[in-house]
Amino acid sequence: MEIQEIKYQAKDYKSDQYVRWCPGCGDHAVLNCLHKAMAELNINPKDMAVISGIGCSSRLPYYMNTYGFHTIHGRGAAIATGVKTANSDLSVWLITGDGDCLAIGGNHFIHAVRRNVDINIVLFNNRIYGLTKGQYSPTSERGFVSKSSPYGTVEDPFIPAELALGARGNFFARAIDVDLKNTTSVLTDSARHKGTSVVEVLVNCVIFNDGIHKNITDKDFRADRTIFLRHGEKMIFGKEENKGIVLDGLKLKAVTIGEDGYTLDDVLIHDAHTKDNTLHMMLAMMNNENGLPIALGVIRDAEAPVYDQCVEQQIKDVQSKNPTRKLHDFLMKGEVWEVK
Amino acid sequence: MAEQTKITTLDKVVVRFSGDSGDGMQLTGTIFSTLSAIFGNEISTFPDYPAEIRAPQGTLSGVSGFQVHLGSKKIFTPGDKADVLVAMNPAALKVNVSILKPNSIIIIDTDSFQKNDLAKAQFETDNPFTELGLTSIQLVAVPISTLVKEGLKDFGLDNKSATRCKNMFALGLVCWLFERPLEEAMHLLQNKFSKKPSIAQANIKALTDGYNYGHNTHATVSTYRIESKKAKPGFYIDVNGNAATSYGLIAAAEKAGLKLFLGSYPITPATDILHELSKRKELGIKAIQAEDEIAGICTAIGASFAGNLAATSTSGPGLALKSEAIGLAVMAELPLVIVDVQRGGPSTGMPTKSEQTDLMQALYGRNGESPLVVVAATTPTDCFDAAFWAAKLAVEHMTPVILLTDGFIANGSAAWRIPDMEKYPEIKPLYANEYKGEADWKAYRRDEKSLVRYWAIPGMKGFEHRIGGLEKDYTTSAISTHPENHQKMVETRQAKIDRIANYIPELEIAGDKDADLLIVGWGGTYGHLHEAMEGLQEKGKKAALAHFKFISPLPKNTEEVLKKYRKVVIAEQNSGQFANYLRGKIPGFTPHQFNRVKGQPFNVARLVEEFTKIMEA
Repeated sequence: MEIQEIKYQAKDYKSDQYVRWCPGCGDHAVLNCLHKAMAELNINPKDMAVISGIGCSSRLPYYMNTYGFHTIHGRGAAIATGVKTANSDLSVWLITGDGDCLAIGGNHFIHAVRRNVDINIVLFNNRIYGLTKGQYSPTSERGFVSKSSPYGTVEDPFIPAELALGARGNFFARAIDVDLKNTTSVLTDSARHKGTSVVEVLVNCVIFNDGIHKNITDKDFRADRTIFLRHGEKMIFGKEENKGIVLDGLKLKAVTIGEDGYTLDDVLIHDAHTKDNTLHMMLAMMNNENGLPIALGVIRDAEAPVYDQCVEQQIKDVQSKNPTRKLHDFLMKGEVWEVK
Repeated sequence: MAEQTKITTLDKVVVRFSGDSGDGMQLTGTIFSTLSAIFGNEISTFPDYPAEIRAPQGTLSGVSGFQVHLGSKKIFTPGDKADVLVAMNPAALKVNVSILKPNSIIIIDTDSFQKNDLAKAQFETDNPFTELGLTSIQLVAVPISTLVKEGLKDFGLDNKSATRCKNMFALGLVCWLFERPLEEAMHLLQNKFSKKPSIAQANIKALTDGYNYGHNTHATVSTYRIESKKAKPGFYIDVNGNAATSYGLIAAAEKAGLKLFLGSYPITPATDILHELSKRKELGIKAIQAEDEIAGICTAIGASFAGNLAATSTSGPGLALKSEAIGLAVMAELPLVIVDVQRGGPSTGMPTKSEQTDLMQALYGRNGESPLVVVAATTPTDCFDAAFWAAKLAVEHMTPVILLTDGFIANGSAAWRIPDMEKYPEIKPLYANEYKGEADWKAYRRDEKSLVRYWAIPGMKGFEHRIGGLEKDYTTSAISTHPENHQKMVETRQAKIDRIANYIPELEIAGDKDADLLIVGWGGTYGHLHEAMEGLQEKGKKAALAHFKFISPLPKNTEEVLKKYRKVVIAEQNSGQFANYLRGKIPGFTPHQFNRVKGQPFNVARLVEEFTKIMEA
């Protein structure tokens, strides 16, 4: 008998629904990357559940030929937690945006991350409310002018990585919508991680916030303003690949190799797997204003107990000591008296 | 000398244990109830405890009570007034003075009736009995604290630990009063304190000392004999409503061949459901404490989507927080049981008190046309059947079901015959792989008769689909904002719920067929209304009771039954929510109403009085 292994293609994950995002929206690219990542992971579409909240990006499950559940605003993380805890064999994805995940759904987000339930959160960050037509979001910069902040906001934004690591997250990655190859690889890595993974994808809203990430996504200066981190590799970046990240006292510093006495040996090697998140936090917080590149790629990928597995294990442990399996048998073990 | 004690045989008697919230009155009452049930009495209990974990000692706000009604005949309620009161301090006496029957027995700990104690309970004189106008009572005044300390002096306990056993001395006295042998109580205490044998022994010693004190001094009162009743043969346990609700969900999961999942958040008085299901890991139950009420229901909805029998437990404020998610379950047509253990409202209201004020919230408290099933449990033990039915309807009709219980039946207990599960109806989900229609299967394909959509569970090959909160096309199941389609889907969702009337039992009538007054109630007031009906009958009046367990949809014969009687009174612990609901459903229906919103159970005597007035009007 010949057993043929099924190899899924990206198209096997595409549904027959017409994709309704605006032409030029960054979400299209991320959807394609997700289809490719699925094919690479070779997940049977029947074993995949894509959950979302409300917002432009949350329409994504309709475009997947898998099980999908488009739920209510902000609650996707809680619903995905229920799906995974009920059936840990499923590959569970949560598609969410900066408003859905960090404003109305902030509580569920931090608790999902804290519990470390094995779901893959893809956070589409366009720093704006698109579906309600242009209000500032919890990731909009202070002073950002929008329909609901005509004189600029008077509040500071969340930095998703800081929030995820602050909630004791064990996987955080960052990607940009225009970089298909790296976005696909980051999504694949996030699926392979056991526990909650958070992938922040910086996406462009072509209608209400066009070019918000342009200062780092533009091809002319992307190489100098971002760094793609890979576990076990030196933190090198720049058009000429001659810049590196070094530790200067308690701070990170970008240097040019061969200048100011810095050699390749001084450049840090990225350890995504270390439990201590101090350096991960520093890498995630790098920004151009500090003279540092924005970190992309898998910033943190550490092992920790996984919620849904622990729930199952606890049941197994109790069952190994207690043979009762039926309600009737359990009731008969209580303070029972008989009437004859 | 004991033989000189007068023995009185009674049909029923009400005992109330009352003391400071640290005095262990709930345990004392529970043990006495269980003993009496094992002895063969009918029981109904009512724990009445303060909201404060520990109010200042000896004060009126710190009084915790446990009432039990024992009988040789069917007992429906914990009783209006007490025949026996155990008052561990003056505050307990003062709080309970209005529920004492004439000539009742009052057992007090004289060590706790000193000048200081009287002051804490705001007595102005040295004689609390005269001050309260208690003239015709039988007082059993015992220096309980002193006797307990003396009895335990060889146990090596510190003063505080020894004093904590005084509730068992009181229990011993009550056991003597009711001729209850102590063996079962000792057994219960050994189990309760199985990990602390020395504490178990001290409690048993105090219990025995209390019993012997009664026996030896043959106190100055009569002892009571409640004959045991011949119950239906079988095995029995004492169960409260929250435990019975938990068991009903477990039983339904077993019947349906589904795993049980509970997503919940602690809230009085529903938390014990979370506790009970969290303990039952050997039965494979997943019970998770979520980060908030919304996450409680949302994890449950996720688990339902993934193919579990999913439930969430809460009380009124939590139900309010869950409403948007319930709407999602209505729209996605997923099975879900939402248990609302009602308490006094609005807002935080009276968390430890009981009401029926969430009916309208359960029926209508969501945006959009959002019909669902509402079931109400009638007694502590009926919580089992109601939860079983709620789960059955949820799974078989792909709908959220709100199960309404209340603080009174959730905490009240009664003897419960462990059911023969083979006698319960089957629960059969309608899975997508049973779809035999000609058109391709889609997520919202329905069974023609019941209008139930077929359930496809992630992992089933060939049934991958997307659902969600957006309106879907009746035929293609894709997102739709088409006006005609929305009208059709709104009507279909309502019709699906309406048709459930074909699958539930008809309304039954208790009492006189030719009654001059039909009493109508729903949910946790069953016991009181039944006793009120009996009370009317004892007075020679013709009365009947129609008590609703199924609220949405209503049983098919509802209109026929309600229109058959000349006078109908709807009695409920709210301002008339069920009466309004029924008036809306039955044109021209003009019932009388009896409404009380005090956070306390109905008073049967008062019901009889009010109903009599209606009959005579």
